[in-house]
Amino acid sequence: MVKTNGTVKNNGFIEDRYEIRLSGSGGQGLITAGVILAEAISVGDGKNAVHTQSYGPEARGGMARCDVIVSTEEIYFPEATKLDLLLALTQKSSDEYTKLLKDKGILIIDANYVKHKPERPYVAVPFVEATKEKLGLVVATNVVCLGFITQYAKIVSKKSMEYYLAERFPKKFEESNLKALRLGYDLAKEAETGGRFDIKVEESYETEIDRL
Amino acid sequence: MAKKPEIKGTAQFLQGNEAVVEAAIAAGCSFFAGYPITPSTEIAEGCAEKLPLVGGAFIQMEDEIASIAAIIGASLAGAKAMTATSGPGFSLMQENLGFAYIAEVPIVITNVMRGGPSTGLPTKVSQSDVMQARWGTHGDYTPIVITPSSVQEVFDLTIHAFNCSEMLNTPVILLLDEILGHMRERIIIPDTEDIKIENRKYPSVPPEFYKPYSNTPSKVSEFVAFGEGYRYNVTGLTHDEFGFPTSVPGEVEQMLTKLRRKIHTHRKEVILYEEEYMEDATYAVISYGTSARAAMSAVRKARAHGVKAGLLKLKTIWPFPGRKVYQIASSVKGILVAEMNMGQMIREVDRYAMGQCKVAGAFRYDGLVIEPDEIYEKLLELRATK
Repeated sequence: MVKTNGTVKNNGFIEDRYEIRLSGSGGQGLITAGVILAEAISVGDGKNAVHTQSYGPEARGGMARCDVIVSTEEIYFPEATKLDLLLALTQKSSDEYTKLLKDKGILIIDANYVKHKPERPYVAVPFVEATKEKLGLVVATNVVCLGFITQYAKIVSKKSMEYYLAERFPKKFEESNLKALRLGYDLAKEAETGGRFDIKVEESYETEIDRL
Repeated sequence: MAKKPEIKGTAQFLQGNEAVVEAAIAAGCSFFAGYPITPSTEIAEGCAEKLPLVGGAFIQMEDEIASIAAIIGASLAGAKAMTATSGPGFSLMQENLGFAYIAEVPIVITNVMRGGPSTGLPTKVSQSDVMQARWGTHGDYTPIVITPSSVQEVFDLTIHAFNCSEMLNTPVILLLDEILGHMRERIIIPDTEDIKIENRKYPSVPPEFYKPYSNTPSKVSEFVAFGEGYRYNVTGLTHDEFGFPTSVPGEVEQMLTKLRRKIHTHRKEVILYEEEYMEDATYAVISYGTSARAAMSAVRKARAHGVKAGLLKLKTIWPFPGRKVYQIASSVKGILVAEMNMGQMIREVDRYAMGQCKVAGAFRYDGLVIEPDEIYEKLLELRATK
């Protein structure tokens, strides 16, 4: 065991994990989005990924979240405890989970629905508004979020993402889903360059998980 | 949590509940009766969709009492049959569970555990049905209860559940928890020829010599499906070797002993567990289901900090691997039992540790999953106590 500045160096027992939490309101499709993300990472990209979900007894409206744990090693504990990436689409989920983020973790919030912005670096994206404006329907918000995460956090290959997104839904939605995914890519590209987004960045985010 | 399997097969990304369906069909299950209940609903949903495609049948019954009755009937008619439920439904099934046991009917009951008692926490995790699975039905009873901890294990152990039930003509309970039922992981579904399937033993004698509950040396009787020309009586009353009610003390004792010995003589095939880092361990964590995953992380953290910890992960909790626990207790300084209830399995561990070492528990019962750090802290506490 090697100790440096109070932290224990990896001696083969510390798991290498990248923890993602997608959170919002029940019915927004975030649990499904998480399934697609995890499937693309695990079956598509060949890393290990575990997806867990948590929701209330309500069909819609309650708090809903899912966790995706990514690792090149075996994953034991299946839920997130220290987040590398948090997507929060509601005020409640932002308030509740922001404190679980690592110092350099990525925080992505909905610009309109999270009114009280957290006291830490974040990217605020008007997911719901942009989806309604550009695609004319709100149901695709989860797919737009997926596109954003794919482009911005670079934890999954676009190829796998597009393949497993198409596979999850009936053929007739393939085109509209791809459109929504690309809208997410575009929003992320805009976010990377500043654009019209409310972005509060103090230091550069860890956007690559090179260590995986 | 499963090691990367060497066997060839197809990779899929499945939920625990979906893996139950895939495995049941692979094991030859052709009948499902149930009543949907969170967090087990996906099993009923999957069976409704997939069983008809393989010539099987799905039926939604009016409640859980009828559901287990229907699968007992289907099994007596020759089908491998399963139902799936959660706490409240499992409570309703208890009486007929005893019927399946005394009438020696092979069935598989999946209970995806949620918080209780009563309606409790429908969408939250718990492992509080461990003792209900052991003692839920009335009378002297020896159940087989299986607890997987990863989606791959759900697949493999569902097959094991069907195999045990077919091999021993007895009900088998597959205990999942909400996290595992809803968790998704990549699993490898082995090719059909690589899956070992057991089937009930059909009679080798003509109908006039057939004894449906014969007391054979292995205690397993030959089974025959209704409608195949072998007439016999099935009853919940204590019965003789022909299935007719009896209250003759000698026959009563023989029947009850046979039912218990049937399970106990096949312990080696039935009881499965895994040991991790146990070779040189001075502290052992004993756990099962989703808790075992947190326990594994805690054990690795302890090892990283120089504490010689090991894990005994139970895949079969009943019959309890008492001999193994006795052995471990004789070689370590302390045992920590990690589970998501107020302390159920710890009673059994304590009983078999027989005072040879310290025994403590890490429990959580607030609807959230037990975390590695909680178990790690308890492990340090256990180490510090005299």
